[in-house]
Amino acid sequence: MIEFTKPSVEYFELWPLLVVFGAACLGVVVEAFVPRALRYASQVGLALAGLVAALVGVVLVARDVQTYDDGAARGILAVGGTIAVDGPSLFIWGLVLALAIGGILLFAERHLDGGSSAFAGQASAVPGTDAETAAVAARREHTEVYPLMMFAVFGMMLFPAANDLLTMFVGLEVLSLPLYLLSGLARRRRLLSQEAALKYFLLGAFSSGFFLYGAALLYGYAGSMDFAAINEAVRNDVGSSSLLLIGTGLLSVGLLFKVGAVPFQAWTPDVYQGAPTPVTAFMAAGTKVAAFGAIMRLFYVALGADRWSWQPMMWIIAILSMFVGAALAITQSDIKRLLAYSSVAHTGFILTGVLGLQASDQLAVGEITSVQAVLFYLTTYGFATLGAFAVVSLVRDAGGETTAIDRWAGLGKESPVVAAVFAFFLLAMAGIPLTSGFVGKLAVFSVALAAGAWPVVVAAVLASIVAAYLYIKVIKVMYFDEPVGDGPSVAYPSVLTATTIAVGAAVTLVLGVLPGPVLDLAAVAGEFIR
Amino acid sequence: MSEYVVLSAILFTIGCVGVLTRRNALVVFMCVELMLNACNLAFVAFAKQHGNLDGQITAFFVMVVAAAEVVIGLAIIMTIFRTRRSASVDDASLLKY
Repeated sequence: MIEFTKPSVEYFELWPLLVVFGAACLGVVVEAFVPRALRYASQVGLALAGLVAALVGVVLVARDVQTYDDGAARGILAVGGTIAVDGPSLFIWGLVLALAIGGILLFAERHLDGGSSAFAGQASAVPGTDAETAAVAARREHTEVYPLMMFAVFGMMLFPAANDLLTMFVGLEVLSLPLYLLSGLARRRRLLSQEAALKYFLLGAFSSGFFLYGAALLYGYAGSMDFAAINEAVRNDVGSSSLLLIGTGLLSVGLLFKVGAVPFQAWTPDVYQGAPTPVTAFMAAGTKVAAFGAIMRLFYVALGADRWSWQPMMWIIAILSMFVGAALAITQSDIKRLLAYSSVAHTGFILTGVLGLQASDQLAVGEITSVQAVLFYLTTYGFATLGAFAVVSLVRDAGGETTAIDRWAGLGKESPVVAAVFAFFLLAMAGIPLTSGFVGKLAVFSVALAAGAWPVVVAAVLASIVAAYLYIKVIKVMYFDEPVGDGPSVAYPSVLTATTIAVGAAVTLVLGVLPGPVLDLAAVAGEFIR
Repeated sequence: MSEYVVLSAILFTIGCVGVLTRRNALVVFMCVELMLNACNLAFVAFAKQHGNLDGQITAFFVMVVAAAEVVIGLAIIMTIFRTRRSASVDDASLLKY
């Protein structure tokens, strides 16, 4: 007879997770009971309040964490060892919440499109029918997007903090399912949006099938879903190593799909282009942060002893992602697709950092851990991406957002400020000194070099040069090309989008000029609980 | 026990091939569900082998997640069918290059 022990729930440490989940559930109730006229204000207020309360909770928990079991890591294992509230978890939680606040502000923007949000008035109405016209005339809008986004944020927090395979799978699904729906809710170009949702959903479900089968095989290998137990089994070399290898491979498919690494990048450009731009901004930044947190935890904590099996695979995927992403981005004629392929290239750069697997006691003076480097890169990438997509939502013509790059010609004359801010984000993504991207790239390259992955670093430097050409090409179009026809027009945003862009630009600048505090914060985060 | 694991691998492969070759979004989706069920079979078989309940409990979680996925998936496939009068994944091809 197997004894059942009731797990204890550490309410204080889990407060950020619980408050986000609570706000999401409350949002569903609001949707059911609050009159339509009041829903927008109450949903936006509720979501923002929940995110801010969770962020305060993260700070309070982070001030209070204790050393775990005399090791290098700080934090606790909560709910019977299924959720690890440790330094990297808390850092990622804080980052995801900050990006989500920016995301909510973009979701709530109503100035750009004649007083309505970027979401469909009534998603169930078929495009081009009377029902849709009626919904537009009645100025309906889906306020369900706020609770959906809060559920996605909850998934993004659970996913990197999961300390066993089952919790990680649940986190993966809770993060993905709302995003599939959100991708299909664009107000304009609805066919593109619905198609993006279909593609994202089918491919996402396919990849989570792989993840789950990998989890099953790893469970068959180790006899437990728990990361510490899997690590123990790998060290003692129990069970069949073919189960371990195939399981690791299948799990990687699921995780690398989420970050859009080559060869699992096919969905990225389609979904980034088709989804409403605020959703793209939030998803591009948040999913990548959460999924890289999960990748590092799985590969360092559970499979760290087996690194000679998975490192060659990661080398190849990192190199492929950088080159394929940068090369395909050059050929794009749509700015959202271009940013999507550029995110594929950035996935390669971040994987370069993941390769620098080292414990903090192996470090020479002045070196940083790969967790620290990757967390820093994710911060720089997250804010630059959020800001760049927010700028994309401002450039418009009569048919809504104009995302064709040749229509952006002459933006530098039309609106010097918007063009300058966008150019700044592009330079940060290219990794020009005095922007955050430079420090981020330096950090991931140096940890990979320290771990002896110099071929990947050489490839990464070459890929950075290719990518720099691509960003500078867009800057040339904005400043030096003659406008086609009337040229682009820039919609004047409300304070919501303006705040997001300003914060994104400020973070990108400050992390480039003064990266010390955030690097220190990532260093304080320390290591994963093993 | 290994018979069940082999059977689950065969089911998983059938589902996987189905996703890659079938053209109707609903059938593709059914093949994904087949993959998830193959995972469940593997979990339960391994749970029996290791003599603990982790795998069986996981199977319940997977069923719940699969149910949630059905809700989302059918909603998306329904909207695209109503717009295009077709659920073929080949027809949805506006986004490319």
